[in-house]
Amino acid sequence: MSFTQLTFYFFAAVLVFAATMVVTIRNPVKAALFLVLAFFSAACVWMTLEAEFLAIVLVLVYVGAVMVLFLFVVMMLDINLARMQEGFTRYLPVGALVAALLVVELVLVLGGSFGSEQLPRPAAQGADYSNTRELGGVLYTTYVYPFEIAAVILLVAIIAAIVLTLRKRPDTKYQDPAKQISVRKEDRVRLVKMPAERRRQGD
Amino acid sequence: MELLQSLVGGLPAWIQIGLINVAKIVVILVPLMLAVAYLTFAERKIIGYMQVRIGPNRVGPRGWLQPIADALKLLLKEVIIPTNSNRFLFLLAPVLSITPALAAWAVMPFSDSMVLADIDASLLYILALTSMGVYGVIIAGWASNSKYAFLGAMRSAAQIVAYEIAMGFALVGVLMAAGSLNLREIVLAQSGGLHQWYLWPLFPLFLVYFISGVAETNRAPFDVAEGESEIVAGFHVEYSGMTFAIFFLAEYANMILIAALTAVMFLGGWHAPIDTGFTVVPPMLWFVGKIAFVLFFFLWLRATFPRYRYDQIMRLGWKVFIPVTLVWIGVIGFFTFFTPVGHWFH
Repeated sequence: MSFTQLTFYFFAAVLVFAATMVVTIRNPVKAALFLVLAFFSAACVWMTLEAEFLAIVLVLVYVGAVMVLFLFVVMMLDINLARMQEGFTRYLPVGALVAALLVVELVLVLGGSFGSEQLPRPAAQGADYSNTRELGGVLYTTYVYPFEIAAVILLVAIIAAIVLTLRKRPDTKYQDPAKQISVRKEDRVRLVKMPAERRRQGD
Repeated sequence: MELLQSLVGGLPAWIQIGLINVAKIVVILVPLMLAVAYLTFAERKIIGYMQVRIGPNRVGPRGWLQPIADALKLLLKEVIIPTNSNRFLFLLAPVLSITPALAAWAVMPFSDSMVLADIDASLLYILALTSMGVYGVIIAGWASNSKYAFLGAMRSAAQIVAYEIAMGFALVGVLMAAGSLNLREIVLAQSGGLHQWYLWPLFPLFLVYFISGVAETNRAPFDVAEGESEIVAGFHVEYSGMTFAIFFLAEYANMILIAALTAVMFLGGWHAPIDTGFTVVPPMLWFVGKIAFVLFFFLWLRATFPRYRYDQIMRLGWKVFIPVTLVWIGVIGFFTFFTPVGHWFH
């Protein structure tokens, strides 16, 4: 077994373990952390496939940003497990149906005609081959319209999310820094000129 | 290097490669750790002088052994694990915060030939690793089972996510100008003296990158994650002894990393400011000098500015820095493709 194979099996084992823990562990924060580990191992597996751009972007986007926000939310939840498990028997048939469907799809993909052995083996590239440059070249020439449309859809989704959550609260004390800076002494301070007074008795 | 190769010559090839790489890693990390130790000393001295004090001057000649004494003290102190904390995560958090801070140094080009891993996407690698540093803070805050620590972790998470975006966009500008993701090639694209450095054409991005770097490392004036006056010490309030020391190490290693990256991407890396054609000063010395220069700014900022308020930090990150970087990326694109001065960027 070569060193590359050894690393592949190591990261693959960690990935499977972490993925199993995500769905079995009770504590939601720990589940989120195991998801982070799963993403990271997946990135390492991709790295052994010489897809370094995808691997690094997976870490950058999912581990570095998405999961941080996920944890942010999950940590502040107070989840009552007993209440969540209440409808277990009621939802069991639906869940079982979805699970069965997933298994069938997976069997079709992995066992049928879609396996990686059906495709021609990609040519091995030299050490100076830039994965990122190739991807960028294809993405911005051949697939520029799908890419741009996907970007616009994401932008719409972002704006929609903001619009849905944006509520004007009347009691917010909002500060406008531009106004704060442009304040002049004349606006706030009034100098009053008055004659000196005599000191009263007893002071 | 030859000595090293002759030492391990009799062993199998993969052990040889492994040993040589470990030796290289040690050669990078030991000076880095020393630099961290003396950066703390420099910080106390410089801020001391700025505030008309003397700073530490008791341990050793002129206080030079102070960081060693501090390290020994922290090593010998008891590591307290709070009851009701999550023991495993509590101990994992410092590890998670120091690992990215050290691993990022793997792709740092110290000179034209001195780089541990000269990988093609090193800029992305750095971005990915620095984005993982936040986990140390978040997990520390949650696992401590303390309100102060948790508040600090929440503040820090929001802040780091906000500034990471501005930082990433600033780096997009750099890679557009250099046409490469490889840090070594980015430095090579700036060869030819002071006027070729990206500091000039990318000046707004330089400012955004440096200030975001200060915010990312949770340094003053962006240190609301620690905020001594409000939440004691923020996310590491429950940590003591060596576990605290590791957070401390990570913070300072990150500072040096940001300084080194600023030098690589905007200040011409190992290049001398004036290209004379001779190498009088070794290139690495220029690089170290530039790092020290940027680090001085970190300390200067801390001595000068009061802490930002939390909403002001968020406003600066989202509403000022991100638009500035986006506009400047547009400007770079315009200049590179439509005007004859595009060569300035290449």
